[in-house]
Amino acid sequence: MHELGIIIHISKTLKEVAEENEVTKIGSVTLEIGEVSGIVPEYLLDCWDYYRKKSDLLSESELRIETLPAVTMCENCKKTYPTVKFGRQCPYCKSDDTYLLTGNECSIKEMEAC
Amino acid sequence: MKVIEVKRSIFENNDKDAASLREQLKGEKTFLLNLMSSPGSGKTSTLVPTVNELLKDYRVGVMEADIDSDVDAWTIADKTAAKVVQLHTGGMCHLDADMTRQGLKELGTEDVDIAILENVGNLVCPAEFDTGAVKNAMILSVPEGHDKPLKYPLIFTVCDALIINKIDVLPYFDFDMDKVKEYAWKRNPNLKIFPISAKTGEGMEAWYSWLKEEADKWMK
Repeated sequence: MHELGIIIHISKTLKEVAEENEVTKIGSVTLEIGEVSGIVPEYLLDCWDYYRKKSDLLSESELRIETLPAVTMCENCKKTYPTVKFGRQCPYCKSDDTYLLTGNECSIKEMEAC
Repeated sequence: MKVIEVKRSIFENNDKDAASLREQLKGEKTFLLNLMSSPGSGKTSTLVPTVNELLKDYRVGVMEADIDSDVDAWTIADKTAAKVVQLHTGGMCHLDADMTRQGLKELGTEDVDIAILENVGNLVCPAEFDTGAVKNAMILSVPEGHDKPLKYPLIFTVCDALIINKIDVLPYFDFDMDKVKEYAWKRNPNLKIFPISAKTGEGMEAWYSWLKEEADKWMK
């Protein structure tokens, strides 16, 4: 359950951002999560529902998750392909010499607050 | 309500804590090793001889992190003369930098040259959180199979050293030593690999030398 740990860290960052922007109530938080980041959005939402109630700043906030697609680049044929469907081996030239281009993101994009 | 652009990594908060912990350790001349692996790979039985070897030249402290129980801390306390504390993660599957800082405080680093954190047995979550350690090492044991670098790539990427334990049972498993090295180096070309048997002592010298060299570099 590393999702709860992640939520605790997100809430610490949000607290800092709220202080910097002089806001006291957060309405929504939007995250960008890569498809192969290893984070399970459903668990994240459950943990959020549990943890947000612990502070005034987050108690009424909604967590929104935008999933970013995972794309792998093949070093051999220089083509890109969807990671989740084909995995580590390039579907065009069958090379294993590939690396993840995008899909590992885990960041806080924005929040609504007053 | 107004929209505020945040644009920060989810792990930024922990990464900052980890960086400041490392800075503090540098000032105190304490080397911190984060040891990770899956459950049952032999972390504690590798630690016992390692700690005893280090104790010849260094003051050593061990932090045992588990979800529950203190069996590992008792084993270390029983079989070595190192300072030891047991950390409970309260259900959490990993340690982060803040928990590590609390553990080090409990341990007391003022008379410790080398501190070793035995992380929660898990190949997934501990890899995501920088604990503030100077070096990261992991143990993979022969019965787990040589395909693990393919299945859990992140942990092989964040580690500086890979210990392959239980080589005394190699004849009984279809474990391909060349394959595991190939897969691991593909993820991390700088990874140092040490095939060992904590049981027979085979290969331990190379691991000790690496660890001592890294600790000396840090404490200089």
